[in-house]
Order: sequence, then structure tokens, then C-alpha cells
Amino acid sequence: MASVPAVLTSEWTKIRTVSSTVWTLISAFVVTVAMSAALCALMNSQFDDLPVAERATFDPTLISFSGMVLGQLAMVVFGVLVVGTEYSSGMIRTSLAAVPQRGSFLFSKVAVAGVLALVVGIATSFVSFFLGQALLGDHHTDIGADNVLRAVVGGGLYMGLIGIFSMGVATMLRSSMLSLGILMPFFFLVSQILSAVPGAKKVARYFPDQAGSKIMQVVPDAMNSDPAPYGPWGGLGILVAWVAAALIGGYVVLKKRDA
Amino acid sequence: MIELDGLTKRFGNKVAVDRLSCRVRPGMVTGFLGPNGAGKSTTMRMMLDLDNPTSGSVRIDGKHYRELEEPLKYIGALLDAKSMHGGRSAYNNLLCLAQSNRIPESRVAEVLDTVGLTAVAKKKSKGFSLGMGQRLGIAAALLGDPQVLLFDEPVNGLDPEGIHWIRNLMKTLASEGRTIFVSSHLMSEMALTADHLIVIGQGRLLADTSMADFIHQNSRSYVRLRSPQQERLRDVLHEAGLIVVETGGGTLEIDGATTEALGELAAQHQIVLHELSAQRASLEEAFMQMTADSVEYHAHSDHASAPPPAGPQWGEQWNRQSGGGAAGSGKEV
Repeated sequence: MASVPAVLTSEWTKIRTVSSTVWTLISAFVVTVAMSAALCALMNSQFDDLPVAERATFDPTLISFSGMVLGQLAMVVFGVLVVGTEYSSGMIRTSLAAVPQRGSFLFSKVAVAGVLALVVGIATSFVSFFLGQALLGDHHTDIGADNVLRAVVGGGLYMGLIGIFSMGVATMLRSSMLSLGILMPFFFLVSQILSAVPGAKKVARYFPDQAGSKIMQVVPDAMNSDPAPYGPWGGLGILVAWVAAALIGGYVVLKKRDA
Repeated sequence: MIELDGLTKRFGNKVAVDRLSCRVRPGMVTGFLGPNGAGKSTTMRMMLDLDNPTSGSVRIDGKHYRELEEPLKYIGALLDAKSMHGGRSAYNNLLCLAQSNRIPESRVAEVLDTVGLTAVAKKKSKGFSLGMGQRLGIAAALLGDPQVLLFDEPVNGLDPEGIHWIRNLMKTLASEGRTIFVSSHLMSEMALTADHLIVIGQGRLLADTSMADFIHQNSRSYVRLRSPQQERLRDVLHEAGLIVVETGGGTLEIDGATTEALGELAAQHQIVLHELSAQRASLEEAFMQMTADSVEYHAHSDHASAPPPAGPQWGEQWNRQSGGGAAGSGKEV
């Protein structure tokens, strides 16, 4: 058996010595924070023009995460590239010759990249929250208020888990382009559209992003959104189940297929 | 020592490697020869546990690849030039490999020096030429100072200086007692480097023989004769106890006689000769003859199905010999 700490060190070197992974994580942070800040500032100035229902369920915490809709796409790219470049570069054969225990290889890679994604995710959500609240003026909330800390930590976990989910999908599909071609439209368009279509809503609320993002709401059914049959942690649990399924699928494919 | 035992790989209905059994011994360079598509790369990938065999097994010093602790210290492999991440520097590509097998970081600079890439160590490997990529792959193979080395077509893309260098490197490594297994589709290349030869065609073992035996059996000279009085010439040659092979177009080929002797013999009987020439079957021709039936991708021409224009008797002779002992030494039976 290969030494697990050695493989972890190796995977960490792989991530930090490639500029694409570093840049996607920086964009995930910058895009989320900047877009959230802009929307918070806009909300603050337009608050009185909002429909009554939205004003009644105004959720200052959730608003300060609104940039995640875009920022999570950078996280998807990060997750896909961490695994996908092994295949596109041909490095996978060299890597597996060095670490033939495919389980150790995959889970060391996911552990290192996943922890990094979670750390960046948490940093993003905290910075996004505090900057957003500062820009919300009179409508802001406080980190000490009920459930707010849970939402902020949850927002970070959400981003990290979306990254890990993408790693699992890329391991199953063994291609960066194919994975991005499926995940990007899914998170940016399909999931968003279906969650607004009356008939499809019931299914769409179990999608990884729809379920997982529930944790970021402090006000139930915030901003007049649809009520869900699960709570914030239940929603995150659904996302975790998706992540687990993607990783198990990836492991099975890696184990069975020829490299 | 690498042992292949009934190694078989099927892709759907297509058999890429067919019950291949052989041993690759230490202390020498073993050439792995076969035409394109013969299954050389697939075999090598199975040796490294990258492809799962349909049946059969590969053992390295008695162990399955997956049982090796830190395999880079046992086996180093160059599979193809593009098996590194192009966005990473040569140094860092080797560093992450070294770390995964707990090889000291100082080895990275050492092997880069060995392959002559020290000057570009910090450059991203995507800017490398094919030859530089090949050298980087060789550096990766040498990283763990392994006792077994696999090289898949190592001279591809190398310039003459590089080819010379890799030949010497393989010989040096073998002289240190290591097992060197190198694939090629060029017989001439193997003749210069290999001590032992394993030939496959369409995934099947065609020969397993020492290079010396192969040369001895396949590069013998013969004499070609052409005459308008062919019937008489043949009778005369038969009387002299010579074996004559007719190769069509009025040409005769005679083994075991010199041009001088044959010329004088013809003169004594007053036979007119249109050609009297000494011929030598090249190793390349012998190899092509051996694998002619198993070449998968023929060039399309009118003569596509015809054997290569060489003395066919050598190949036929070879086939008879190796047919009797294909799984054995391939020596004369």
C-alpha cells in the first residue's frame, strides 16, 4: 500500500503548482464577494420598491450570498479541472503507475482538493456576509442573530461541496470538457429554470444546488421562495448525498476502467 | 524479472493480446518487437496495472503490480511523451511523483541532470518538444532508481544525438543488473540495443530468442542467379548438391555457395548467366517476413497481400522453426 500522507503531499503539490486551479479558486472568491456586494448595495437603495411579500420575508443573510449563483460556477470549474486535467494531459497514467491503489489515489486527491474548496468556500461566505451587511445599511443583520452563523458557515460548506460534487462527476466522465459541458448549463440554467416551472419544481428542489442552498436562508421561505419539505440541514444532507453518490460513481469507474 | 503468464486482453470482439507468456530477465536489454497495432503498448499498460487483463497475469519479482509498495522504486516506465501536466514545470511534475512514493526531493534534480533537462527544469512542460517530453518521461522512469525499466518506443521524436544517448543509457542500466524492456517497431533499432528479443504479431508471441541467435538465423547470405538456360542450370546445381530455390521471374537463389564457385560452375557447363550476385537478407526483412501475416494495417496497393520483396525462404524457414517452439526459446528444433 502506498503511504497515504505521501500521496496527500503529492496531491497538494499537484494543486499548488498549476495556475488553473489557483485562478479558479480566486475567481470563485472574487466573483461571489463582488456580485453579492453589488446586489446588497442595490437592495439597500431599492428596498422600498420591493413587492410587499418580498419585503415581509426579506433575508439580509441570504442576499449577501446572492453572488454564489455565479461564484459556484468557478467552484465547479475548480472541481472539474482538479480531476479532468489528469485525463486531458495523460498524467493519469503516470499518476496511477505511481499510486496503483486507485481508491487511495482518488480519495487523497478529493481530500486535498475538497478541504481546499471548503476553506475557500468558508472564507468566501464570511467575507461576502460581512461586506454585504455593511452595504445593506439599515436592513442589515448581525452574525450573532438567530441562525445567522449557521447560514454563513453553511454557505461556505455549500460552495465546497459543489466543488467536491464536480470532482466526482469529472471522475465518472473522465473528461474536463464533457463535465463542464454538463455541469455548467445544469447549475446555471437547467436547475434555475426548472425550479421556477410549476410542475418541475417538486423534482428540482431535490437537485444538489437547490437543496444545498437552503442552508443559507435565515428567514424561512426567504424572499418569497417556495416552501421546501426539508429544513436547512436536511437540504444540506441532500447535497451531501449527491456528493457521496458522485464520488462512489467516480470510484467505481476509476476502479473498473482501463486508464 | 517480469513474468507474463497467459496474458490476454480483449476489446469487445477484438483480441489485442492473445495468451502471451514470456519472461523478461534482468541484466540485459530485452527488445519487444512488433508491427503497429501488435499489442505492445497494451501489454506494457497491463504490466503497469493501467489496463486490466481479460485473463492471465503479470508478476514483477513474483508480485502483482498493485502489491508493490511504492512501485516507482521497483519499476520505472516511459509510456508516451505526453503523460505529464503541461501547465506544470518539469521539476514540479517530477516532484509530485517523487512525493507520492517517498523518494527524496534531491532525486528530482539528479534525474533532470541525467536526462539533460536541468536548464529547462522550471519551464512548463507544454512548451517541450517531443524529444524533450521523451527525456522528461525517462527522467520520471529513473526517479525511484528502479531495478526494472519499461520504455515504450523511446527513440520516437529523438534526434540522432538523443537516440545515441538513449541506446547507451539502456545498455548502461542493463549492465548494472537491471531489467530493461523496450518496445519498438524497428528491427534495425533493436539490433543495436537489445540482447534478447520478444516478437509479437496480433497479440501473439512469434519469437522469444536471443539477439545473437536471431541474427545468426536471419542474416545469412545467399547468391542470386538468373539465366536464359534455367532448366540446365538447375540440373547442374542439383548435381553439385546445392539447394536451389526458385523465386519467380526466372531467378534462382542458392544458399551455402560463393559467387566465385557458382560462376566457375556455370562456366564449366557453358551456361550463360544474366545475373550472379551475392545477397544478404536484412534483419528488417526477416522481421517483416515473420510478421507479414499478422500486420494489421496494410498499406493499400496492388501488392498489399504479397509478402515483402525479400528472400522468402528465410521467413518460411523461420516460421517452421518458431512454429515448433513458439512458446519456447525459438531456437532451431
